[in-house]
Amino acid sequence: MRGYTERTKKLREISTNTQPSISLERALLETEFYEKYYGTVETPVLRALNFKNLMKKRKLYIGQDELIVGEKGEGPQAAPTFPELCCHTVEDMTVMNDRKYISFKVKEEDKKLQQEKIIPYWEKRSIRHKILESMTGEWKDCYAAGMFTEFMEQRAPGHTVADGKIYEKGFLDFKKEIEEEIEKIDFMNDPDAYDKKAQLEGMAISCDAIIIYGQRYAQYARELASKETNPKRKEELLWIANNCDVVPAHKPETFAQALQMYWFVHIGVTTELNTWDSFSPGRLDQYIYPFYKKEKEEGMIDYHKARELLECFWIKFNNQPAPPKVGITLKESGTYTDFANINTGGINPYTGEDGVNEISYMILDVMDELKLLQPSSNVQISVKTPDEFLKRAVEISRKGWGQPAFYNTEELIQELLNAGKTLEDARFGGASGCVETGCHGREAYVLTGYLNVPKILELTLNDGFDNYTGKQIGIKTGNPEDFSSYEELFDAFVKQLNYIIKVKIRGNNVIEKIFAKHMPSTFMSVLTDGCKESGRDYNAGGSKYNTRYIQVVGIATITDCLSAIKYNVYDNKRFTMGELLEALKSNFEGYAHIRNLVLNHTPKYGNDDDYADDIMLDIFTATRDIIRGRKTVCGGTYQIDMLPTTCHVYFGSVMGASPNGRLAEKPVSDGISPEKGADVKGPTAVIKSCSKMDHTSTGGTLLNQKFSPSSIAGEEGIENVSSLIRSYFELMGHHIQFNVIDKKTLLDAQKHPEEYKDLIVRVAGYSDHFNNLEKSLQDEIIERTEQAFN
Amino acid sequence: MKANIFNIQKFSVHDGPGIRTTVFFKGCPLKCLWCHNPESQNLSKEILYDKYKCTLCGNCIRVCANNAIEKKGNTLITNMDKCSFKGDCIVSCINSARQIAGREYTLDEVMKEVLKDRVFYKNSKGGVTLSGGEPLIYKEFIEELLMRLKKENIHTAVDTCGYADFKVFEKISKYTDLFLYDLKLTDDVKHIFYTGVSNKIIINNLIKLSKIHNNINLRLPLIEGINADENHILEILKIIKNMNIKKVNLLPYHDIARHKYEKLCRGYSKDMKKPRDEKLKKYKEMFEKEGYKVKIGG
Repeated sequence: MRGYTERTKKLREISTNTQPSISLERALLETEFYEKYYGTVETPVLRALNFKNLMKKRKLYIGQDELIVGEKGEGPQAAPTFPELCCHTVEDMTVMNDRKYISFKVKEEDKKLQQEKIIPYWEKRSIRHKILESMTGEWKDCYAAGMFTEFMEQRAPGHTVADGKIYEKGFLDFKKEIEEEIEKIDFMNDPDAYDKKAQLEGMAISCDAIIIYGQRYAQYARELASKETNPKRKEELLWIANNCDVVPAHKPETFAQALQMYWFVHIGVTTELNTWDSFSPGRLDQYIYPFYKKEKEEGMIDYHKARELLECFWIKFNNQPAPPKVGITLKESGTYTDFANINTGGINPYTGEDGVNEISYMILDVMDELKLLQPSSNVQISVKTPDEFLKRAVEISRKGWGQPAFYNTEELIQELLNAGKTLEDARFGGASGCVETGCHGREAYVLTGYLNVPKILELTLNDGFDNYTGKQIGIKTGNPEDFSSYEELFDAFVKQLNYIIKVKIRGNNVIEKIFAKHMPSTFMSVLTDGCKESGRDYNAGGSKYNTRYIQVVGIATITDCLSAIKYNVYDNKRFTMGELLEALKSNFEGYAHIRNLVLNHTPKYGNDDDYADDIMLDIFTATRDIIRGRKTVCGGTYQIDMLPTTCHVYFGSVMGASPNGRLAEKPVSDGISPEKGADVKGPTAVIKSCSKMDHTSTGGTLLNQKFSPSSIAGEEGIENVSSLIRSYFELMGHHIQFNVIDKKTLLDAQKHPEEYKDLIVRVAGYSDHFNNLEKSLQDEIIERTEQAFN
Repeated sequence: MKANIFNIQKFSVHDGPGIRTTVFFKGCPLKCLWCHNPESQNLSKEILYDKYKCTLCGNCIRVCANNAIEKKGNTLITNMDKCSFKGDCIVSCINSARQIAGREYTLDEVMKEVLKDRVFYKNSKGGVTLSGGEPLIYKEFIEELLMRLKKENIHTAVDTCGYADFKVFEKISKYTDLFLYDLKLTDDVKHIFYTGVSNKIIINNLIKLSKIHNNINLRLPLIEGINADENHILEILKIIKNMNIKKVNLLPYHDIARHKYEKLCRGYSKDMKKPRDEKLKKYKEMFEKEGYKVKIGG
């Protein structure tokens, strides 16, 4: 059993052994509230009062031996639903209950309540309904064909991270600041004065809501203490009560209160809406170290006590499964993980000096000991980071479950500067979710959906026709057999790319407005700089910085496809475009000679070969330039990300065979990693190819590198991996993560899942239990190239 | 100036310190029975053919412009005198059963390839290793190559069997940061029997080299049934006693190369075995007792 103390062993056991289930409490409270109050007040106030109602009435939970308190549902692994966003049908619930992977148990009586109470009210009022009603025929065709996905179809924008303000102020302080802003509203001259007032009032109510929640916990802990017979536990419960007297109303005074403060905020954000990527503490080690240092100097805390508290805190994240997803949203993100992502190390955001401190090492110890899926744990590596810290992180990472992942501090800061942020704000930046970059506590950086770039080439090769849906999806760019040069083909591809992105962004513009109008998130607005000053909501462009990301998927697949065509059809004339199209149509059956040429005798991305890598650069640049810098409807700016979560499996499943030899329905490449089996020159060549694109003009890239355990053994193995990381980061790579498991083990795990319950592998920007992955995703992980260290 | 090279291996971590690129030159004056890279022995290019992958589809026979390939029973025979190494048979093979060993590289081409990984050399304190075959065969080529690498401030290592004119060592030693020097057998009769040449030149060169170069790692292949015995170790200790050598690598034999011999249609002795771990540990201790730094493996 994992855990530093008996207490954390037990808490971890409960967290990992409880079957996730649906909790209807939130949906019922909210429905009752809306029936009564909808239309009586302005929307931001309505949403804030709804939030307050939830925080006031929800059931509280203090588990046995817990020291940090608060749950999103009625207890560990209970997942509330958000019918105002996505109103599940009873059939959805049956699917969630019965499905083999990522299942949620649903009680029969809850299905009945869903049918009788929730569905009648929300069916036609949910955001999902509004979105689907507002989308054009072109959007719907592209969506059905798997050209792109839509992040806000079942979940709310979020994608942001806490900064240091919640450790410096309490919610009474925040409320006071908001009230001062209300005083300042200029009703004589400001045409938005009325809207601002409603928004700021909502934000003030949200402060009340979280304060009430804390007070209720204090009271509940005292109640339990009065009944507790074990004197030690009684004392602990009173200690919890004292902590909840202080936070979240006031700023934390101790290490434990700092952790409890964040945790209340986390529960607040994830109760208000089902924000993507839940919420994250960001640069946790930077914020909580001063509390630890002070108390340690006063003799009030030691490593042992702090470590136990930190483990209690860690387990809390793992208690919260991601909100239940269905349909395409489940396919693009097939996991229980809710992507809370903690950045450790890097630089001190206040001074710019090396940021590694005692808590940074303690976090690595906790990560190593608990080996939990959540929170996703990563380290930021700066040129200033000591080798000792890097090596300790590598030592944990090579145990083979993909954590921690490694992020490049200098590159993160450069990305943010390139996107127009100040250096001061950029230093408070980091990665969240998978690999997405943002200025913590200052920015709304909202992911809007994945873009299936390889399928855009497929459309181009079929003059805009999609074989999967049997419809003309793209525009007419001509019969590829008539193209006399590679450049003509590439032009046609770029035209299709432009068109599909236009369809996506037109939809995004509508969805952004729907959320701005109907779903203000007043609590999140309290936490993000700019909302208070502008009197605008987080979901309406109120933050200091506003970014919308489109995530580009399959760069390696599309590169190898275009390389295959350029090299074989145009440059070397080994076969004609007509022959290639026939081969693709028949999934290469009867065309082994063509498949052999494109698979084994064509330059490919991932080998530090400029022939292929130059093509990658053309595609990367074209895609980025179409998206980057566009204005969003609420005043933000578009950027690209290069990450897949699990979407590359879904995107492959809606495609036929591709020119690079990939067979029909097989996954496309993940992140910026090379196509499976295409990288034959080892990890240094992969890193060189990947670093040719300008990472600093994106909002994050993801590189998966797999090693067999034998290849990175010993002290030399740690040093070599550390050098690889330092080199990639010197070349301004954004992120790298490792899976260190041999193929044999994975094949055996597929055959005998019962024997590998503990097997965790790196999927995309997160790790997951191998047994929780769908068969196709398992196959894909097995196939990812095992890079040999000779 | 060109050299025949059969592999440029990136992320090489067993041929010297740090992350390295190893350039494998083709051709060797020795023909060791246990050689792991049999395709490195001949100076000229060769075709490797995997009969287990071959389905006798006949593609290669059809595309060969020189009619060099013919089917004999359930296998294919390539007439090397006719072969022009154009590679059509390789590209046309849908089973990836054929490969060419060896390609002519110019100095510029080798430099371009090895400089690609310079960032990794810098961060890992690695560099470039010249190996083979026997790199010293290409004396002008490697002298120039090593000189250019030093101009680029890259760490250089030369892995050699020692069987060369000492003048070549003299010339390259100032551009070489580290020598990986192989010593196979101390008994000359056995040496001739197992490698095809006498060890006199090799041992003499080692003595002379150690006087002009102070960074030599001795590499000892150990094969059960041939040289994995204590007497051999004692003999070696005697030879290197007063030399300027600090590090020794014990390289236990493994039979991973067996399939390569088959692909080259050459025989492979079955009498060789990997020495037991206890033996290796013992030998390691014997060297350590005399003050050497020892590593099992590269």
